[in-house]
Amino acid sequence: MKNLFSLLKLTVFTLILFAVIYPLAIYGIAQLAPNQGKGEIISVNGKVVGYQKIGQKFDKSNYFWGRPSAVDYNAAGSAGSNKGPSNADYLALVQKRIDTLLLVHPYLKKSDIPSDMVTASGSGLDPNISPQGALIQVKRIAKERNLAEAKVKALVESKINTAVVGPETVNVLELNVALDALR
Amino acid sequence: MNTELLGVIGIFILTIVLAIPLGKYIAKVYLGDKTLLDPIFNPIEKFIFKISGINSTEEMNWKQHLKALLSINMVWFFLCFFVLLFQGSLPLNPDNNPSLTPDLAFNTAISFLVNCNLQHYSGESGVSYLSQIVLMFLQFVSAGIGMAAAAMIFTAMKERTTEKLGNFYNYFIKSCTRILLPLSAIVAVSLVFSGTPMTFEGKNAITTLQGDHVEVSRGPAAAFIAIKHIGTNGGGFFGANSAHPLENPTYFTNGVELWAQMIIPFAMIFALGFFLNKRKLSNIIFGVMTVGFLLLVIPTVISEINGNPAIEKMGIAQVTGAMEGKEVRFGPAMSGFWSIATTVISTGSVNSMHDSSMPMSGAMQLLSMMVNAFYGGCGVGILNYYIFIILAVFISGLMVGRTPEFLGKKIEAREVKIAAFIAILHPLLILAGTALASYFAAHDTAMGYWFNGNATGWLNNPGNHGFSEMLYEYTSSAANNGSGFEGLGDNNPFWNITTGIVLLLSRFIPIIGPLAIAGLLAGKKYIPESAGTLKTDTSIFGIMTFAVIAIIAALSFFPALALGPLAEFFTLK
Repeated sequence: MKNLFSLLKLTVFTLILFAVIYPLAIYGIAQLAPNQGKGEIISVNGKVVGYQKIGQKFDKSNYFWGRPSAVDYNAAGSAGSNKGPSNADYLALVQKRIDTLLLVHPYLKKSDIPSDMVTASGSGLDPNISPQGALIQVKRIAKERNLAEAKVKALVESKINTAVVGPETVNVLELNVALDALR
Repeated sequence: MNTELLGVIGIFILTIVLAIPLGKYIAKVYLGDKTLLDPIFNPIEKFIFKISGINSTEEMNWKQHLKALLSINMVWFFLCFFVLLFQGSLPLNPDNNPSLTPDLAFNTAISFLVNCNLQHYSGESGVSYLSQIVLMFLQFVSAGIGMAAAAMIFTAMKERTTEKLGNFYNYFIKSCTRILLPLSAIVAVSLVFSGTPMTFEGKNAITTLQGDHVEVSRGPAAAFIAIKHIGTNGGGFFGANSAHPLENPTYFTNGVELWAQMIIPFAMIFALGFFLNKRKLSNIIFGVMTVGFLLLVIPTVISEINGNPAIEKMGIAQVTGAMEGKEVRFGPAMSGFWSIATTVISTGSVNSMHDSSMPMSGAMQLLSMMVNAFYGGCGVGILNYYIFIILAVFISGLMVGRTPEFLGKKIEAREVKIAAFIAILHPLLILAGTALASYFAAHDTAMGYWFNGNATGWLNNPGNHGFSEMLYEYTSSAANNGSGFEGLGDNNPFWNITTGIVLLLSRFIPIIGPLAIAGLLAGKKYIPESAGTLKTDTSIFGIMTFAVIAIIAALSFFPALALGPLAEFFTLK
């Protein structure tokens, strides 16, 4: 019994050390981080339009679209589709997404479509698409917005994030915010 | 694509390079030598032990170690279980998440206690911030427990005859304060400045650019995610784990988190060498593990880069490889590499959804956990490998007709029996569990209390892949890994309770076994090395150990792998 009491006390003190002091110290340091560690936000004219890291749903034809999402970009939940690579229903869904893309972008060849545009991301909140995924939408956007195709293409190219290592990405929200500002 | 591979190779090499000095530091910590953080933590520890009435200098034998280890785990289990069970009425719950059901609380408490972090809930809607913090506490101490057990085994391996194997509480607290805490702090800070939230505010409701209303979950995530990797726990703050863009915002944080989960398992092996002053032994062990790791990781990365053959047939471009369940910012090479790192080392955090991995990758992920001896989790990795060393010593001793000895201690029937039992327990738990679940699924049994509906309802995919989902769940539980083929409907009494039991058995028995063997060996007469001794720090012996591991894994698991991922692989071709 005395032993149990000792262990309880040890638990309480280690709890204070690891579950109170440690997170509070990190919380304190986070106050120096972008937006005080509450997540980086993107604003337009002082109005918050989203989180830089969190993908959001774009299905209007005058915006660049992101990837398919298993949770429909619900940022209070996150998940992938968890569909296996040989699942027939899943493969039919991918085929349907390809057909839809071809329908909306009649100028595309099948081999232009990158796989990230027809597959759901792991989190359902992927903020990025591949540069190719953005480029295939340029013609549609230019037409919808009455903009010169070259101008939209240049915008996309300016928004491609490259790094020394790792894949090239385009942040869809940032691209669309810049698109709205384009005259 | 080439720069993606470069990133993978770079991170791997950097981790190995840094693991050597860290190993030296860890050895110093356990030897009781002076280290950098002594001035800060020595007084704190002294104070804690004094108030708690625990003597942290008294030398313990292996049974006392075990008793202390098991009793404190029991205390933590009840603490966590009750917090989860009543979280709805407890403070720090800004999103008003309800309390957990008893079977889910049972599963969750056990799974964090045993360093597995199988999560049958989704972080955003499943648990309160208070629960997250208590779970984070378990992430620290469960890793500390594994490392304390390893430290006792290190002490037992010394060349002498003794019952006295150091003090459990001392090893435990030092593992936490000197190793886990400082490393976690470094990782947490780098995450915070890369965009991972660390706030106690709840969900934020916003209107998106095109005018939809969404709520964005946040929380004190950075501190949690740091120890989740440093302690090889793997339990995510958010449902999608390290695929979530707040949990793992950039390619850089991905590198940090990958480094964080590999560093201690790597360093522990080098620590063994420094501790015993047998660098060659630890280098051989590390070499065997690395060969095993590469054999698993290379096919995975290749099959992910090549993409899904079924999608290939549809005629689209798979320049970015297989992307289902993956994030654009990581790409297929890094996701494939991570999926093996996280399964070889019992982390179980994911940066892509393993359920959607290519069949060959799925097979490799499963095999990583089935072998469960390459690198391994914090501390326990070396415990698992120790079992295979004992078996290899015994078998090679028989082959060459020498008395089986390891580090000057005779290995006799009792030790071999324990080792054989531990080696068989792992496949037994996995295959028995999978057989049970598959039986129900094959007969589409109505499950009553155990599951809402018929048994096939818990599958997210048909056929071979469905079988893989069940196999993966028990493999992940038995390896104390915590990743999943997450399509499986696992939040119900059937899965919560059966995996909960597997978790308990597969955590504590493989700790008890090696501790007992090491304790028994330590008490035996020390026989100095002679010409007749079987050398255990040679590459021949390394190959022997590898062969024992490979044979046991192949014989036990090949049929199950053939029914699941391998069958799927051949249907997709």
